[in-house]
Amino acid sequence: MTERLPIVIIGAGHNGLVCAAYLARAGRKVLILEAGTRIGGAAITREFAPGYKVSAVAHLLHLLDPTIAKELGLASRGLSFSKTALRTVALSMQGSPLIISGHEVLGAGISAADRSAFGLYHARMQKFSKFIARQHGRVPPRLAFSSWRDALPAAALGLDLRRLGKRDMREFLRVATMNIYDVLEDTFESPVLKGALALDGVLGAKLGPRSGNTVYGALYRNSGSLEGQGGVFALPRGGMGAVSDALASAAREAGAEIRCGSMVSQIIVKDGRAAGVRVDQGPEIAAECVVSNADPRTTLLQLLGARHLEAEFARRVQHLRTAGNAAKLHLALSGAPEFRGVERAQLGERLLIAPDLAYIERAFNPAKYGEFSAEPVFEITLPSLHEPGLAPPGHQVLSAIVQYAPYGLKGGWAEGKAAFLSAIMAVLEQYAPGIGQLVLHTELLTPEDLEQQFHMAGGHWHHGELALDQFMMLRPVPGAAQYAMPVEGLYLCGAGCHPGGGVMGSAGRNASRVVLGKR
Amino acid sequence: MLSRDHFHRAVCETPFHARTSALNQLNLWHRWRDHTVADAYFDVGMEYNAIRNSCAVFDLSPMTKHLISGPDALAYMNRLVTRDVAKIKPGRVGYCLWCDDAGQVIDDGTIFHLNEGVYRLCSQERQLDWLLCSALGFDVKILEETSEVAGLAVQGPTSCAVLKRLGLAGVETMTPFALRTYPFGNTDLMVSRTGYTGDLGYELWIDPNQALALWDQLFAAGHDHGIRAIGTLALEMSRVEAGFIQAGVEFLPADRAVRADRTRSPFELDLGRLVDFSKANFTGRRALWAEKQRGSRYRLVRLDVEGNKPAKDAYIYDPQRKNIGVVTSSMWSPAAKASIALASVQMPWGKPGEELFAEIFYQNELKWNRFMARCRVVDSAFYDPARRRLTPAPDL
Repeated sequence: MTERLPIVIIGAGHNGLVCAAYLARAGRKVLILEAGTRIGGAAITREFAPGYKVSAVAHLLHLLDPTIAKELGLASRGLSFSKTALRTVALSMQGSPLIISGHEVLGAGISAADRSAFGLYHARMQKFSKFIARQHGRVPPRLAFSSWRDALPAAALGLDLRRLGKRDMREFLRVATMNIYDVLEDTFESPVLKGALALDGVLGAKLGPRSGNTVYGALYRNSGSLEGQGGVFALPRGGMGAVSDALASAAREAGAEIRCGSMVSQIIVKDGRAAGVRVDQGPEIAAECVVSNADPRTTLLQLLGARHLEAEFARRVQHLRTAGNAAKLHLALSGAPEFRGVERAQLGERLLIAPDLAYIERAFNPAKYGEFSAEPVFEITLPSLHEPGLAPPGHQVLSAIVQYAPYGLKGGWAEGKAAFLSAIMAVLEQYAPGIGQLVLHTELLTPEDLEQQFHMAGGHWHHGELALDQFMMLRPVPGAAQYAMPVEGLYLCGAGCHPGGGVMGSAGRNASRVVLGKR
Repeated sequence: MLSRDHFHRAVCETPFHARTSALNQLNLWHRWRDHTVADAYFDVGMEYNAIRNSCAVFDLSPMTKHLISGPDALAYMNRLVTRDVAKIKPGRVGYCLWCDDAGQVIDDGTIFHLNEGVYRLCSQERQLDWLLCSALGFDVKILEETSEVAGLAVQGPTSCAVLKRLGLAGVETMTPFALRTYPFGNTDLMVSRTGYTGDLGYELWIDPNQALALWDQLFAAGHDHGIRAIGTLALEMSRVEAGFIQAGVEFLPADRAVRADRTRSPFELDLGRLVDFSKANFTGRRALWAEKQRGSRYRLVRLDVEGNKPAKDAYIYDPQRKNIGVVTSSMWSPAAKASIALASVQMPWGKPGEELFAEIFYQNELKWNRFMARCRVVDSAFYDPARRRLTPAPDL
């Protein structure tokens, strides 16, 4: 009897590792081929300047599926947190910052009305986020039923929605497609509070607060839970790479082989079936089936090739919205910066520069025309405050998501990067006077850098825009939302599938169940 | 290319319009893909007779044409259509179908393999969007050239003789679906032994600037051979007798369908022979393979209908009077001397020899009558003269 062929997984990103771990645990032979020199994909910790380490792309853990963490024993594999339940500190040029901590909002400028409204808003959004979270671990329903079995997931979804109760179900259906601008304007008075809450709805997307379905974006971003608490942001000890290391340990222990420095250049199709892959220009590796953690467009149009697909399906994949809009900023600082009105004890929280709704919308405007924001919005963390080992003694690292920085910048990023960096530093200087003096090293990753370094089409770290036209049974495209692609033996397991981006692992776990023939 | 002021007219004239309009005694026109074409010129019956008994000329310039070339042209064509294009050698023409992702027919047409790796695709419907959609991932050039090529169908028993007299030496040696080029004036005249009549016939393709010259010389050459311009009504009669399908009649182009059960697959149009599963992937392959395993929903059948009343739009019933389908095309066939019809019936109905019923309504001096006409499913064309396939073609 010939030896059983491995299941080849393209990419050792966190979803690929999760998928590998489950497949290997089910007794399957698994080979992961990673293009980079190390595992983790966009969930890695790396040194961007000698002695300064930072989570290279994703920098806050908030969506990791607790079921996966438990089933794969991530805690026992060394995953711990240097800080959980980060509070949100919304910076303002107009006065002291506002602090969001769980269901409470604190700060000098906050009215009693806002305080009370926030409690209600938070409770309701949490309820809706939990509804969304319940869908994360499920294979999405099919839109076209060919049997009663196909209709079950859709029925479960409908039932789940109904269980919100009549009032909340109506409210969910009303707001999920809405723009967050209107919802916040209807609910709150404080401009800073509205700005801070809107940021979650637009972060990582080509959307402004006035764009449709940004409420959904905010619900999605807060749909994770950690230690039984919903909507919590945490810093893994050792940076995001620690999550990948723990997942790799689970995969390896179950018997999966991980080969780094193996860039897959082609998915081999034989008799209409994905039969293996070609690494670079090297030999073919035969596979029982191929599971891709690469984004859908790269997988289907570059590695597989449109000719192996139906024409309309290929067009849908081509038209996936994958243009990234978020840049990643890393600063090596000779000391802790001082942000206006922020006490030292709050410096390690999640700092936002999104002082009001109009500021964010104005920051978004240039992105529509292929230009970067002259005054961008920020989500800032200083992880070395919680874990000194990330920087030399007394020094700090700053990690920030900065947007809007459109993929395909007019004039090109080679030209525009320096100008964007000075715009970034000018804004930071306003909020943290003197920060420029502390900067020893800088790394700015534009969507083009992210595309090149992490092999994500468009540099979009969700592998495709997270919006209602590309979610659930529509993600990545209608007719392929159940992880199995039209070409037999080819599966997707990455963020381009349901439920989407963020370090969560659900796509990898759901895909493994489909590969194994479970629903 | 269209002239820059084309928008002043909603409907274009074909390059032959100066001649066709002069001949159109009935002034009967309709619109085919934004071109004016004649329904009939003088008498539909007489025009039909020209197809079957002498030589009929039909202006098919509005036929949508695309030129497909480039290194991946063959691979592209094979991904587009359901049959194996590699088997259509240079200088040959092939009938083909293309489907959407679900294996439902978008349109049928002919592939002209002009030179090695250069194809012209002719179809009734506009196809540029689908052709461009299908081009993703292929190194091909697709040129819409409908208005760059004028076309005439020359059909009927004396068509070969007329073309010889026109100066096309050796045209009788062309086999069916052959393609050949002759010099004409200072340009090339492309001749294909193809047609939509089920009879001996050719199609002529030429630069629109030479269109009128070609028309004049052709009619001069055909004067003693009963040449006659025909409109679409006569052509329609011959295509139903030949059992050919028409887009929008036998099937709804899949890209226009809103309801999923209104479209038809190649198998459901009795054109399974045009689906080749032995070649590489093509659009619709997976769905068609599944259909082949599962079975089709419908079957297109030819019906020999009792009586002399055309079974226009008639429902089809099984012997238990259960409604199982509908007539798509029907006529009194002068050639077959029978009332004939094409019909789409639900599976498993429609096996050759089966007896079904057509519910025919007809009016007699404003009084409506209804009768259930017996129909027999036949498995060959209603009219299929030997000359259609003979090479050398008969020179009458």
